[in-house]
Amino acid sequence: MEVNFWNPEVETMERSQLEALQLKRLQAVIGYALKTPFYQKRLSRAGISRPEDVRSLQELQKIPFTVKDDLRQNFPAGLLAVDMEEVVRIHSSSGTTGVPTVIYLTAEDLNSWTDLLARSIITTGCCRKDIFQNMMSYGLFTGGLGLHYGAERVGMTVIPVGGGNTQRQVQLMRDFKTTVVHVTPSYLLHIHTRLAEFGVKASDLHLRRAFLGAEPYSENTRLKLQELYGIDAYNSYGLSEMNGPSVAFECVYKKDMHLWEDAYIVEIIDPATGQILPDGQKGEVVLTNLVRHAMPLMRYRTRDLAFLHTEPCPCGRTHRRLSRIQGRTDDMLIINGVNVFPSQIEEVIMAIPEVGTNYMIHLTSAGALDKLIVKVEIYSKMFTGDLNSLDALKGKIRDRLRASITINPHIELHEPGSLPVFEGKAKHVVDNREKL
Amino acid sequence: MARQLTIFLENRPGRIKSISDVLLENNLNIWAFTIQDRGEFGLMKMIVDKPQTAQLVLADRGFACVLKEVLAVTAESDKPGNLERLTSALLEQGVNIKDVSGFVSPRDRQGICFIEFENPDGANLEQTLGAVGFQILSDRQLYEL
Repeated sequence: MEVNFWNPEVETMERSQLEALQLKRLQAVIGYALKTPFYQKRLSRAGISRPEDVRSLQELQKIPFTVKDDLRQNFPAGLLAVDMEEVVRIHSSSGTTGVPTVIYLTAEDLNSWTDLLARSIITTGCCRKDIFQNMMSYGLFTGGLGLHYGAERVGMTVIPVGGGNTQRQVQLMRDFKTTVVHVTPSYLLHIHTRLAEFGVKASDLHLRRAFLGAEPYSENTRLKLQELYGIDAYNSYGLSEMNGPSVAFECVYKKDMHLWEDAYIVEIIDPATGQILPDGQKGEVVLTNLVRHAMPLMRYRTRDLAFLHTEPCPCGRTHRRLSRIQGRTDDMLIINGVNVFPSQIEEVIMAIPEVGTNYMIHLTSAGALDKLIVKVEIYSKMFTGDLNSLDALKGKIRDRLRASITINPHIELHEPGSLPVFEGKAKHVVDNREKL
Repeated sequence: MARQLTIFLENRPGRIKSISDVLLENNLNIWAFTIQDRGEFGLMKMIVDKPQTAQLVLADRGFACVLKEVLAVTAESDKPGNLERLTSALLEQGVNIKDVSGFVSPRDRQGICFIEFENPDGANLEQTLGAVGFQILSDRQLYEL
């Protein structure tokens, strides 16, 4: 198999050299972190007041974990380490309690991120001759712009179509002979179900590869997509707090994802105790970003469960490989590639006076895509006996939810007292989706 | 004006029975009813002999229900053209009919219409409809028929 490198020196670096590079970059990040109110306080409590106070990678463990709630509590600028005029890009994700999380990038940070994505793209066997159709959403979501910049750096021809509009996606694939797509697995499955409607066969397309991301799926789904389209499909991993995609990407051997260890320090911990687990054991992925200075994040708990492979990869890269995400330590849902917390939905519907106190969130499969159904009880005291007001109420709930979670839900109105009532930790979510 | 009971109901088996159970327990008599369907839910609209009591006992059982004033219009005799005269008179006043149901009492062949309406100009409907031979019934008059 042909193996191509973007940065062969770094990608095949000996472990000891790689760790030396990590330590050097970690100390630089600590230097920036000390400029933020949040880490200044945290690090000084851990006895770190200068970058040199962390003398080895083992001493990283002196630094406490950072969690998503820290980002919210320090919104918007508590983790900003540079002057705002140095910042060239902001990405943000909607928050669970109305407070979003935000990341900042300097020009150099953006350059580092783009370079990692160019490396990721080359790792899958793509080259500058490829025609790249980016079906991920652009905007504040990191998936769209991230791969866009990476593909341009490689020199591919980029079609920045973004998500949705299946007919146009198929038209573009035909018109420009698209060879590579970046897409959620469910959407790529969905497109296939609609090809016949447009008079197109998968064999008419010129697709050779797909970068799959933003939602969990099984090996069987990968194999199915590969067979349906006659392509190679590659798994990727990232999260907006770590810039987005670029954390880990599969190589041509598709034996799980090389985690770019020159740019990220990965630890796998027991989510209950915080103890570091040995390679090969499943636990929570904890990441330290080594190539972002505008907004340092160290020992960030991703809430994703996975494990690291120990055996070397035939491609020759020395960076360890991360398994598929095996689950979450929290109740986050991934709906058509968008991360949603049930608490976000609760927050929105409970702020609407015509809605009662019980609600349910149902997830079902509509073809290859997910369907979100939010069931709410109407509040007796606000009932007017008018159908138009009930229709307007459904519209209001739908619009506010879409504004908060960016997904268009189906709203169902129910009689007061008809939905199940839970004691203690509520089980408001019923997930009946077929597993991808 | 007559009062109509409007109840929110999910569209699934047993919901109408749950209403009639409560009414029976309280010995309430249904005079007319209709259902406005909206897919997964609907509104059951009823004329009952004791609207206030019915509203209280249903609300007590947790139902979302309200009493709304509706026009109960009667024509003296059942003959062609009654609905045309009624709607023409309402149209002249710019009244919008939101929901309507009508029937003829089988005993004395008297036509009755229940109308939910919007009267944007606040026209005196009793006078308007009276001029073309209709009578607007109160709750009490309704049950004396």
